[in-house]
Amino acid sequence: MSDFFSMGGHGFYIWASYGMTALFMIVEVLVVVLSNRAVRQRLTRMVRAEARTSHRQKD
Amino acid sequence: MTEDGLFVAWRAMLVRDLTLAMRRRADVLTSLFFFIIVVSLFPLGVSPEMAVLRGIAPGVIWVAALLATMLSLGRMFSDDHQDGSLEQMLLLPQPLSLLVLGKVLAHWLVSGLPLVLLSPLLGMQLGLGADAIGLLMLTLLLGTPVLSLIGAIGAGLTLGVRGGGVLVSLLVLPLYIPVLIFGTGAVDASLGGMDYEGHLSLLGAFLVMALLTTPLATAAALRISVE
Amino acid sequence: MGFKNSIAWYYFSSPKNFYALAGKLIPWFWVLAIGLIGVGLYMSFFVAPTDYKQGESYRIIFIHVPAAWMSMFIYLVMAAYAIIGLAWKVRMADMMASALAPTGAMFTFLALWTGAFWGKPTWGTYWVWDARLTSELILLFLYIGFISLQSAIDDPRRAAKASGLLAIVGVINLPIIYFSVKWWNTLHQGASVSPTMAPKMASIMLTTMLIMAIGFWMYTIAVVLMRARRIVLERERQTGWVRELLLGEGK
Repeated sequence: MSDFFSMGGHGFYIWASYGMTALFMIVEVLVVVLSNRAVRQRLTRMVRAEARTSHRQKD
Repeated sequence: MTEDGLFVAWRAMLVRDLTLAMRRRADVLTSLFFFIIVVSLFPLGVSPEMAVLRGIAPGVIWVAALLATMLSLGRMFSDDHQDGSLEQMLLLPQPLSLLVLGKVLAHWLVSGLPLVLLSPLLGMQLGLGADAIGLLMLTLLLGTPVLSLIGAIGAGLTLGVRGGGVLVSLLVLPLYIPVLIFGTGAVDASLGGMDYEGHLSLLGAFLVMALLTTPLATAAALRISVE
Repeated sequence: MGFKNSIAWYYFSSPKNFYALAGKLIPWFWVLAIGLIGVGLYMSFFVAPTDYKQGESYRIIFIHVPAAWMSMFIYLVMAAYAIIGLAWKVRMADMMASALAPTGAMFTFLALWTGAFWGKPTWGTYWVWDARLTSELILLFLYIGFISLQSAIDDPRRAAKASGLLAIVGVINLPIIYFSVKWWNTLHQGASVSPTMAPKMASIMLTTMLIMAIGFWMYTIAVVLMRARRIVLERERQTGWVRELLLGEGK
């Protein structure tokens, strides 16, 4: 097992590369998911608020 | 429209921009002094040894020229944009790219050509010989118009954008790299006793290509920014 | 056949239809991406043999090369969308171009990062002014310019058009920049580095790299479609279908 992680002495370089790649790809997905959710919530609030005011005006 | 009409419009634009620039000489001088100061910093920052300076001289002068051109790009369209004359230009029957070419030529005459004329002085300060200085001037003469032409696209795109001055350098500097490479490459090659004609031909080719294509891109950028 | 295709393109160039289709496709691209990257990872660590010259460190190329491919490929696709957006005024194409840029920039950065960590054990330094690395760095600058221009302009339509034009200017300049840098590199007799491998191993390595590259590609499509859906909602928020969609949500 530790043989696998040491990678013949090059473990640092290999894991730094694979680790950074994994980190960036996962963080990118998280950022996209979270900001999508935030935008949806913000827009939904805006649309609801507008719908309410236009409703009131009709009454 | 006759060809004469096109030429008249082009010349009118050139003369107008030159007149405006002459009224604001301080702006022009500022970027020239910037050029001189940046070059003068290198002996202080790197080493006063002439042998060292001679090696980096072409690169230093060229990079300073890129930065000095960059500083003056903001002026190319911003005043016309603010006082509304740019919108009038968009409405003219003459092709916008032709008018752009006139403006770019004015910009080069005011901010590019002085750099070419000043470069021998800076070349001497950095220990270049007469041949190398002549060649440096020639590369700047071929290269600085390309800088103005490409820079015009960036200036058009960032028109009226907040932080446009810094942004334009971000957009345009990567596109300047080929000119930088062949401009300094020619002088380096001649210092190393190698053939430099290929470099000059390529710089000339860049100039022709830029003359033919960038005014169209700049005109498109202006339409996007003004509409 | 051409007619039917053109109808399909027309149909999905409407943001509403795109939004619905992308929503259905995204899970499938995630399945493909995770599957392919999983297989690629397994192959790069357990199937591909140790290189006789470089030892284990060469395994970095299984992510380095696909990341570098993606960085260039995404820029080309982005510029193609920008051309479609500007020439035919297809709004959806503009939105796709802006959705692609961050992922392209990320792969460019990863190509540089993994290149540096592959370079250290292979040639002894993290960075050399090699033609490929230098061009990759300039590509990163081009992506950053695109993203900064887009975020600096407040009006989204102008932002899309301006950055689209910049992408087109960039893609025309890219070959000129690349060959200039290459020439500059040979002139200065600088380091030129490329992954060397023994001929016998080449096929298994190539297969692994291809699987990884397709996996990255599927990942890109999935993330970009997700991001494009958000951009659609933001830009189309005044339209009826977005309002209905959002109002119907919390009920």
